[in-house]
Amino acid sequence: MSIKVKPDICTGCETCVSVCPFGAIEMRNGKAFITEACTLCGACVEACEFKAIEKDIEQAGPAKDLSVYKGVWVFAEQHKGDIAGVSLELLGEGRKLADKRGSKLSAVFIGSGIRDKAKDLIAYGADIVYIADDPELKDFNDDSYAAVLTTLAYQHKPEIILAGATAIGRSFFPKVASTLYTGLTADCTVLDIDTATGHLHQTRPAFGGNIMATIVTPNHRPQMATVRQKVMKPALQDKARKGEIIDVRFTQAGAIRTKVLKTIDELTETVNICEADIIVAGGRGLGSQKNFLLLEELAKVLGGAVAATRGAVDEGWIPYSHQVGQTGKTVCPKLYIAAGISGAIQHVAGMQSSDTIIAINKDPDAPIFNVATYGIVGDVTEVLTAMIKKFREIRG
Amino acid sequence: MNIIVLVKQVPDTSEVKINRETNTLIRDGVPSIINPYDRYAIEEALRLREKHGGKVTAVTMGPPQAAEALKEAVSLGVDEVVLLSDRAFAGADTWATSYALSRGIRKIGNFDLVIAGKQAIDGDTAQVGPETADMLGIPFVAYIRKIEQIEGNRMVAERLMDEGYDVVETSLPALITVVKEINEPRVPSLKGKMKAKSLKVTAWSAADIGSDETKIGLRGSPTQVVRIFPPSPRGQREILSGNVEEQVATLAKKLKEQSLI
Repeated sequence: MSIKVKPDICTGCETCVSVCPFGAIEMRNGKAFITEACTLCGACVEACEFKAIEKDIEQAGPAKDLSVYKGVWVFAEQHKGDIAGVSLELLGEGRKLADKRGSKLSAVFIGSGIRDKAKDLIAYGADIVYIADDPELKDFNDDSYAAVLTTLAYQHKPEIILAGATAIGRSFFPKVASTLYTGLTADCTVLDIDTATGHLHQTRPAFGGNIMATIVTPNHRPQMATVRQKVMKPALQDKARKGEIIDVRFTQAGAIRTKVLKTIDELTETVNICEADIIVAGGRGLGSQKNFLLLEELAKVLGGAVAATRGAVDEGWIPYSHQVGQTGKTVCPKLYIAAGISGAIQHVAGMQSSDTIIAINKDPDAPIFNVATYGIVGDVTEVLTAMIKKFREIRG
Repeated sequence: MNIIVLVKQVPDTSEVKINRETNTLIRDGVPSIINPYDRYAIEEALRLREKHGGKVTAVTMGPPQAAEALKEAVSLGVDEVVLLSDRAFAGADTWATSYALSRGIRKIGNFDLVIAGKQAIDGDTAQVGPETADMLGIPFVAYIRKIEQIEGNRMVAERLMDEGYDVVETSLPALITVVKEINEPRVPSLKGKMKAKSLKVTAWSAADIGSDETKIGLRGSPTQVVRIFPPSPRGQREILSGNVEEQVATLAKKLKEQSLI
């Protein structure tokens, strides 16, 4: 097996240089030249529009030898060095899958100045931590994150790779799956493994939550999935656990194509709604920005986050990053309080998997009551005021 | 500036119901619409054309009736359309769809920017954009809420993240996906509607785009759906009774019992 450049066809456009995840292509005498760093991934073959690069392999993706793929990997996401909650959930779930399959659990940890945290991943269940700690990896960048993970996957051939269905996970995992020519299932809520075949059964909602679909990747490895936040149980910490920390050197492949100029946090409180256990959400039924502030007060009392419907966002009561629903975020907290929300399907699609839902609305026929665990029919401001008072008493 | 917009025709999922006896989707009478996110992609492309000149080409892969979505795009002001349609494309997952789209885009050629919606509301995967970008060998930036500047082959844009937003610079050509916040889509003009009405959409087949037959449709798809079932119905709901104080007291008691507060 090999990859060859046909020098008579190569135009020297350098597209392959920038797409190579491994920095394995150089320009020599104005033509592409493939160095020994090549892993035969074929990214350059796909990228060359002149068909100047040929991959000499008897079969395409399917019918790979699946038995060489071993182990469960979790992409351990971090923000400014703090490990994301969903990554601990994935370590909990990944541990179960690895134990069922009798294989190891590894974490892939990418960032800058994150070395101290690697041992935490072992305490939460990882046997191996692959750490890529480099100033170039300080900000999230699809190209560099994908390059690190793709390279590692080529080298070590994991059977399964999981990430949180976060902005970051959902952005760069597809690039990795595309390069590896393997299946990726988005936004899973249930995972299970067939212990005999190693097939990962990935269950996810589709059609706006109207149906559930179970998806497998029978002939390709690794099997990749992103998992919705707050669905899996987080791993328990055991500081006595032992594991291995392996350094991964990051080398920039080709030119830097994208870079983050600055990062701005704009949530009105510090809780990201996708990570919150308790969400207090409001809709147009609140009537005014002033009443919307009641939600913030209640959220504060409960230690939760504030969310909103599209209507409330359109009114300008709260930024779009707090919007739950079809054109906003999908959340599944333990407790979702829907105040002054009628329950349009577009909103319900984003919150119906919450464990417990409390609906407050003056209209007893509002569709939100169809998905509610507990319903309170009444004036929303009166009910919210009473709740703030009562819960404050309880919480002291 | 030449812009390609990726469009998907989807069933209006807010109208989809489940037949509880057969556990299948009831699709009858469910209208097909342009994926709502793609409307923002079309609008942004049109605005960029108004500012920088050039043309906008809308591309979709789908059955022949997906031409309707392209006609709608023309009614909004899109210059040209490409329909990728072939029985061999059927059953494609995101990988095989991205492969076909990337072949189609290659054939169109000469583009500076590809814009797609953040995700489609039927599958909600958000994978076709980044996978297509990878196959084209161009950079990808997700969740764009504002394009700040385009100069030469550099673009600066705001990317919406979970905690706020990033200001990202990327080289062009690139593929971006856009979120709802980016603009307010226009409605079709009368002239546009006339143009759309007389438009004949020609389809490109798998052979037309020079695709590798092992990489398209069901055969080229790494993933397979093995089971479809309705979500488990929610437990019994309970409407609380009494005056406001009583209802809140009952609620507090229940939540406390379940250690929710």
